[in-house]
Amino acid sequence: MRGIDKRFGAVHANRGVDLSVRTAQLHAVVGENGAGKSTLMSLAYGLMRPDAGQIRLFGQTVELRHAHDAMAHGVGMVHQHFMQVGNLSVLDNVLLGAEPHAWLPRARRIARERLLDLMARTGLQVPLDRLVQDLNVGDGQRLEILKALFRGARLLILDEPTAVLTPQETEQLFEVLRRLRAQGQTTVIITHKLKEVMALCDQVTVMREGQVVMDAPVAQTSLAELAHAMVGRSLPVQDPTDSATVPGPVRLQVSDLRWRDPAGAERLGGIDLQVHAGEILGVAGVAGNGQSELLDALAGLIRPQTGQLQLGAQVFGPTRWLNPSLARQLGLAHVPEDRHARGLVMSFAAWESAVLGHDGLPAYCRAGWMRHRAMRAATRQMMAALDVRPADERWRCADFSGGNQQKLVLAREMGRSPQVLLVGQPTRGVDIGAIATIHARLRALRAAGCAILLVSSELDELLALSDRLLVMNQGRISACMARAQVDESRLGLLMADSAPLEGGT
Amino acid sequence: MIARERTLAWLEPLLLALLNLVLASAVAALVVWGIGQDPWQVLRVMVQGALGSQRGLGYTLYYATTFVFTGLAVAVAFHAGLFNIGGEGQAILGGLGAGLLALALAPHLNAWLMLPLMVLAAALAGLAWAFVPALLQAWRGSHVVITTIMFNFLASSLLAYLLVNWLKPPGSMAVESAAFAPSARLPRVHELLAWLGLDWASSPLNLSVLLALLAVWAVHALLHHARMGLRLRTVGQSPGAAAYAGIRPERQVLLAMSISGALAGLVGVNEIAGVSGRLLLDYVAGAGFTGIAVALMGRNQPLGVLLASLLFGALFQGGAEVAFEVRGFTRDMVVALQGLLVFFSGAMSLALAPWLSRRLAAWWPRGGGHG
Repeated sequence: MRGIDKRFGAVHANRGVDLSVRTAQLHAVVGENGAGKSTLMSLAYGLMRPDAGQIRLFGQTVELRHAHDAMAHGVGMVHQHFMQVGNLSVLDNVLLGAEPHAWLPRARRIARERLLDLMARTGLQVPLDRLVQDLNVGDGQRLEILKALFRGARLLILDEPTAVLTPQETEQLFEVLRRLRAQGQTTVIITHKLKEVMALCDQVTVMREGQVVMDAPVAQTSLAELAHAMVGRSLPVQDPTDSATVPGPVRLQVSDLRWRDPAGAERLGGIDLQVHAGEILGVAGVAGNGQSELLDALAGLIRPQTGQLQLGAQVFGPTRWLNPSLARQLGLAHVPEDRHARGLVMSFAAWESAVLGHDGLPAYCRAGWMRHRAMRAATRQMMAALDVRPADERWRCADFSGGNQQKLVLAREMGRSPQVLLVGQPTRGVDIGAIATIHARLRALRAAGCAILLVSSELDELLALSDRLLVMNQGRISACMARAQVDESRLGLLMADSAPLEGGT
Repeated sequence: MIARERTLAWLEPLLLALLNLVLASAVAALVVWGIGQDPWQVLRVMVQGALGSQRGLGYTLYYATTFVFTGLAVAVAFHAGLFNIGGEGQAILGGLGAGLLALALAPHLNAWLMLPLMVLAAALAGLAWAFVPALLQAWRGSHVVITTIMFNFLASSLLAYLLVNWLKPPGSMAVESAAFAPSARLPRVHELLAWLGLDWASSPLNLSVLLALLAVWAVHALLHHARMGLRLRTVGQSPGAAAYAGIRPERQVLLAMSISGALAGLVGVNEIAGVSGRLLLDYVAGAGFTGIAVALMGRNQPLGVLLASLLFGALFQGGAEVAFEVRGFTRDMVVALQGLLVFFSGAMSLALAPWLSRRLAAWWPRGGGHG
């Protein structure tokens, strides 16, 4: 890929990016969220077209109009969110759209033979006749890779493949990828986990703010060097002692919180925690271990089957659980993990989304009529407070970049001086400068006596902000300690639940 | 750059609507040519018939009035993420509500009291007919698309049953109720103009047209200025964000369907109180379904619905003229042409949108450098 340029509105996602991947290598593309690595890969896979620049695949200049073109040229992509049909078998999912024969039973027979051969060769074992909805995440991912290989992918792109995996599954995946490399397969991994890069890859490209800032063989670089290139500066390490506040009274307390999802799987298995005024309680864990459900339960979005919640002076139980409106009245603010599905209404103008959940406040609403001028003024203030760009409240939410959307949500939720703040992934997709601002605002809120529960997948962030840390594992709290008692490697080990995670550091 | 975005925001839908219209006309012209007629003559007769005379204009506006009601009904439900295709049945019920009230009370009340009551009855009856599917959707998850279309059949059966078994005056052959007392007749526009000393050709256009304009304004105010509308749109646009904001989707479903049904019910005012002056069969005549195309073409915005209604009104009136004037051009051909417009402006309304968007981007590139 040479001189790739791509803009989204005001955001310049890729500027003059060059990337070359050699055959039979494991090539990592790293960068913080929003650095442009996913955009680059979407371009390589034909999901979008570049504004400028050209793409050469296996020595041939190509124009990729659809993912279909990319597949025809031997590019396969495994997305972070799998594209699978739950009520079909694994075999049929592989077949779908790539049937080797028009007569289905015959197609199945051919495909089964080829798949058994492929599985034996690569070590990607998936039960072919099981329904996809019954697979676990690791099997689902193996299926995605099989699908790509079945379609003749010579270049495999994996987007954040380990984000949803347990440490054991991660190790299995790495084993498979190494094996594929030995067989001449070329693989590109998009990630922001540097340790995995060091453990697995041959070549690494670091992106920052849409540009390539470093491209080197992994053997010739180090973890520290990569981190520096990725962030652009050394992250200011917050001295834990300087933020050590005297914790105030308990603002939020839950005990024995249990929740089963509608399918009956236990997602929260008896959570006990307290958040004090003036402290940040960090929640760590591999994604999918109940952190999201914990946030939802505390915000009143899901009703647990057992448990007790105390918010301020009010006590809630499973029969009368908190609801989001009541939570807001009691001074609980919530920055949801998923700003697209929850935090904003993407098709609304910014000033309409900026009152989400607060539309009944007298400041915004009089006798059932919205006060547009007041809403717009408030939105402009929020935008100024966290430097949302462009600072035009009439823009559609969807037209802002992810980071600016996030800043708008944060400004809305932090702006009302909450008593308790639930924050999920506050800096996901946010640019470096804004991360510092957001962290500073969170610390300021803590200093003002707010009780903050922080869920984040970024260990650096948890370590930089938290006073105390919880580790969640399969819906339970597996460890709880003060910030001073942990460092990154210990936290990583706790998250992995004593299973070996790192191979190479 | 921001000026460009804002101009595009209204220019693009307008251009798209025009484009669809041109495309539909082109295909229609081919069809007309194919059956050996002169497309230009047909077009001339159609435009002349719809807009070229006081009478034609009156009919056009009369049809448009009905489409405004059904189009708004579809649009309001759509903003809450619901597809109400029961406008037909709700309109039938609206007429039934207004008609039954008129039969019962008109001999005893004067027009000042009777007419507002009929408007209310029409709206409430339409509302009630939409409320049952709404309840089933909100609490039982029965899809409104299925239930409302079933309710269309129920409504027309109910109307036929009541007319044949109860309302038809003894000895009458026509399946109609008795004529309402004069106090239940909504004045025609030409009558009012004559009363003011202005001469205007007679047409079925009646005071409902003002009610339609009022409805356009009210729906706009509801959707874009009322808190209720903001919450309703939140549910429609993003159920996740609505849950996060503490909005109960069940209530919004009931609310949106109620308003939608009431709007569709107002068709009864135009057709029963305004035109027929009695209850009869088939007074909705597919307007509930045309409302879907109207709403799609009008991008579910009240003003857009108004403009699209005018277009469809002109098409219906012009089409009737063509069937009457052009030899060998049957009523069925007119329906086919209307179908083409519905197809291109409704079902295919967004098919050209990506293309148009790309063309616009090419003709009028984003200004860079303004930051």
